[in-house]
Amino acid sequence: MNFVTTIGLEVHVELKTNSKIFSPSPVEFGDDPNANTNVIDWGYPGVLPSTNKGVVKSGIMAALALHAEVEPHTHFDRKNYFYPDNPKAYQISQSDKPLAHDGWIEIEVDGQKKKVGIAEMHIEEDAGKNTHERDYSYVDLNRQGTPLIEIVSKPEIASPDEAYAYLEALRQRIQFTGISDVKMEEGSMRVDVNISIRPAGQTEYGTKTELKNLNSFNYVRKGLAYEEQRQQRVLMSGGEIQQETRRFDETTGQTILMRVKEGSDDYRYFPEPDLPALNISDDWINEIGSEMPEMPGKRRERYVNELGVTDYDAMVLTQTKEMSDFFDETVRLGADPKSAANYLQGDVNAFLNEQHADLQDTDLTPANLAGMINLITDGTISTKMAKKVFKAITQGKEPKAFVEEKGLVQLSDPAQLQPIIDGVLADNEQSVEDFNNGKDRAVGFLVGQIMKQTHGKANPKVVNQLLMASLKK
Amino acid sequence: MNYFQKDLASLHDDLVAKKITVTDLVNATYDNIDATDPEVNAFLNLNKEAALKKAAELDEKGIDQDNVLAGIPLAIKDNIVTNGLTTTAASKMLENFVPVYDATVMTRLKAKDTINVGKTNMDEFAMGGSTENSAFKVTKNAWNHDYVPGGSSGGSAAAVASGQVVAALGSDTGGSIRQPASFNGIVGMKPTYGRVSRWGLIAFGSSLDEIGPMTRTVKDNAIVLSAIAGHDDHDLTSSTHEVPDFAAELNENTSVKGMTIGLPKEFLGEGVDPDVKAAILAAADKYRELGATVDEVSLPHNKYGVAAYYIIASSEASSNLQRFDGIRYGHRANDVKNLEDVYVKSRTEGFGDEVKRRIMLGTFSLSAGFYDAYFKKAAQVRTLILKDFQAVLKDHDFIMGPVAPTPAFKIGDEISNPMTMYMNDILTIPVNLAGLPGMSIPAGFSNGLPIGMQLIGRPFDESTLYKAGYVFEQATDFHQQTPTQGGTH
Amino acid sequence: MASRIDQEQVQHVASLAKLDLSSDQLKYFTTQLDEIIGLFETLSEVDTTGVEPTSSVSDQINVMREDVADNWGQRDALLANAPEAENGYIKVPAIIDESEGE
Repeated sequence: MNFVTTIGLEVHVELKTNSKIFSPSPVEFGDDPNANTNVIDWGYPGVLPSTNKGVVKSGIMAALALHAEVEPHTHFDRKNYFYPDNPKAYQISQSDKPLAHDGWIEIEVDGQKKKVGIAEMHIEEDAGKNTHERDYSYVDLNRQGTPLIEIVSKPEIASPDEAYAYLEALRQRIQFTGISDVKMEEGSMRVDVNISIRPAGQTEYGTKTELKNLNSFNYVRKGLAYEEQRQQRVLMSGGEIQQETRRFDETTGQTILMRVKEGSDDYRYFPEPDLPALNISDDWINEIGSEMPEMPGKRRERYVNELGVTDYDAMVLTQTKEMSDFFDETVRLGADPKSAANYLQGDVNAFLNEQHADLQDTDLTPANLAGMINLITDGTISTKMAKKVFKAITQGKEPKAFVEEKGLVQLSDPAQLQPIIDGVLADNEQSVEDFNNGKDRAVGFLVGQIMKQTHGKANPKVVNQLLMASLKK
Repeated sequence: MNYFQKDLASLHDDLVAKKITVTDLVNATYDNIDATDPEVNAFLNLNKEAALKKAAELDEKGIDQDNVLAGIPLAIKDNIVTNGLTTTAASKMLENFVPVYDATVMTRLKAKDTINVGKTNMDEFAMGGSTENSAFKVTKNAWNHDYVPGGSSGGSAAAVASGQVVAALGSDTGGSIRQPASFNGIVGMKPTYGRVSRWGLIAFGSSLDEIGPMTRTVKDNAIVLSAIAGHDDHDLTSSTHEVPDFAAELNENTSVKGMTIGLPKEFLGEGVDPDVKAAILAAADKYRELGATVDEVSLPHNKYGVAAYYIIASSEASSNLQRFDGIRYGHRANDVKNLEDVYVKSRTEGFGDEVKRRIMLGTFSLSAGFYDAYFKKAAQVRTLILKDFQAVLKDHDFIMGPVAPTPAFKIGDEISNPMTMYMNDILTIPVNLAGLPGMSIPAGFSNGLPIGMQLIGRPFDESTLYKAGYVFEQATDFHQQTPTQGGTH
Repeated sequence: MASRIDQEQVQHVASLAKLDLSSDQLKYFTTQLDEIIGLFETLSEVDTTGVEPTSSVSDQINVMREDVADNWGQRDALLANAPEAENGYIKVPAIIDESEGE
């Protein structure tokens, strides 16, 4: 029997604003427990929320990046449930009129391009954190009120590979807006997954299961692949899928039953009376659109058409906004685009892998990389010398100063080189004769001698030109 | 001393003329409270030490001649949070709760150098119309101690009416300022929704709640409202409308001549006590005498107000009161083994029956499968109620009618029947649903108990209500009558 | 009179609201709530076809705060009010069902 798979993804993205969504407490991580909390974050009697304009703006940016339609008349709703990390026992979210709806992103799997629809996206507050120890739980409300965007896919994702590609594309586009770090390992991107299968030809969806503990895109793919197989086995053997939540086990790659769902949760949503409704004007949307950073697709086109970078290079350079911004800045500072692309994909990437670091966390700057590339282009240093210079610029050193300090300057001046060449020719008459007899190998020997005399600093290109001219005299 | 012969202006004159110091005034206030409150039970918690300290500071600093409120002792309803001073909302849930911030109205009163005398009794979380739902004590009607003071701001009303303070703050979600003001023969203003910041008001029904002044005279009321009103960055629903100096408009030239007043027929219909009806009709005649036109008008959806209100207010309350969960502040049950215990036991012990009833009504109205038939339907009916008022107020300067269908009832008479109690709010509730300003002023007596008249205005037009109230007050003597101290016992 | 809400529903609503009712309370609350819900049902007499619900009567719209961080420094006072706190955390008895989060 053939089955059709339907996957739904709900992605929570944490926004990098200065203050929380409904309170002015700072959004910062790693501080002492409850250090960034106030009476609003604690849900004190009598407090009221106040909407952070920056969050709404970020939400609109995300909507534009995901080709979604921004809702002109929107408001917040309360989602009611008790939990220690949810101080008011309701979360201020959006249910009735989400900030945006009907977006899409393009994914590519095995060379096939496909548009995946986004049903809706809304802004809401994050909860605090509970730490569980034996008989007690410990509540830290620093994260309470951190702004989130929730992005809900349409049921159009048909395989674990498509789910993976969707997440990659989503992460990339959100990252390019600059509103979030979108890092799963740091919790700034979180994914809730559901999957159902149905026999080919059947129109209604099968019963879906939810998967938890998927802490990387790879685990999402693995967990979904396992679950797809498991559901098929159950149906093939005449069983039924239960509506349940299953936990992905990273060590075994399997999903394990956590709990069976009985009915649906009753969150008793209703419009949040403490916050004025929002009317989002076209003017504001256009203003935000005009300030939006260029999206990866646009950048790729520009790299290929205007900078002469290859398709492949352009794709690699636009994997992350940091890399792409770094490239743009390096080129803006005068570096040859192809050399800049090569260095970023080669030496820079190798360095980042070796350091397990992100570009923005290193001492490398576009100015210094451009400086080094310009020194190569104008012949001041050789690509071989550049190896040393590269090491120096990863330590934040200025390339020109480093080259001068270390005396790495290439000898390119014919007036200085000609006497050395003349001397070498005089000392190696045999080789000159060999050359005249058609033995081209002699040239290599002579160049080697010149390089030796100049301690490797001679510009090979200039040496070659001068040597050939001298030999042909 | 008591404040029967005093208003804000005369107290201010005495303070400026140094006939009396602020410390004298505060001491005299507490002496009177000590003498009367064991019987009246208006206060839950006194702020004596801080009040005397503040009084001494003001005596040292001197009274600002231009600030009528400087050094004036005021009482505060106990659902308004006061930094460092226990705030309970008359609930066991918050029996020992000490807020760590001030409500905006407190910040504004402090800026005016008023003195917070203490916190007044109320129905628990402002849910009720008799103050019998307080977890701590039963407040008495100032005019007859066998009768309820009304509610939920019963403590504030009784404190003003029995001469303990010259003014108090109350809050009104469905009539909680106007009805106790009516039952105690004082002036109570529920301002337009958004006129006064709700920051620091312990939320009951967030789309309905409003803080307002309770005083013996219209002018005093106007003075206090000007001091507490205005936009607040902490409350995004608070209005940016300019706040007039309401009291400045009240003088011998104030008049209702040429005004058109609507008297809704539904306000004098079935269930309205004959004495109340007679008092309102007499008031209508008085307004005609004073040069106004009084028309009969209709608010056809008025009768659905109670149902719509109890759905909306209870739904909002069910959500607002979820934060009282025993985790971060307030009551936590002792004998708890796990989280579920903390929630269920703390809430079951901490809330009284009326609060539980409303929480359950609200939870039910919002729950899956019932939302459309209850919550959404009520919100639609609210739109119709609002439109009824808009239609009348288009060509009427304000609306008049009773505050409550009856004068105060006896303590214990209605507490066991929630439905009867809820129906008492039938004339005040629609005003909250529509977010309009509503004021109660003394308009008569029935068997020695006061009758209040309600004036309802256009949004942010408290001015007209104050003017109309002032003119009526000057033309009558109801407000000059005072209860026998100690009541009729 | 047909009952509009029965004891089982009242019990369900109470558990959603984290309230525990004794069997006596369950009885009288059911009677009272039934009567009040009867009042609610009078709203069905009103034709609300095409009527927009009103969820706020505030005259404010689009009011927002600029994204400026401000730490009010209330941490210690807040922790001091907690029934139990330890090392800067709010302390609560163990959560039994771990899956109830999110």
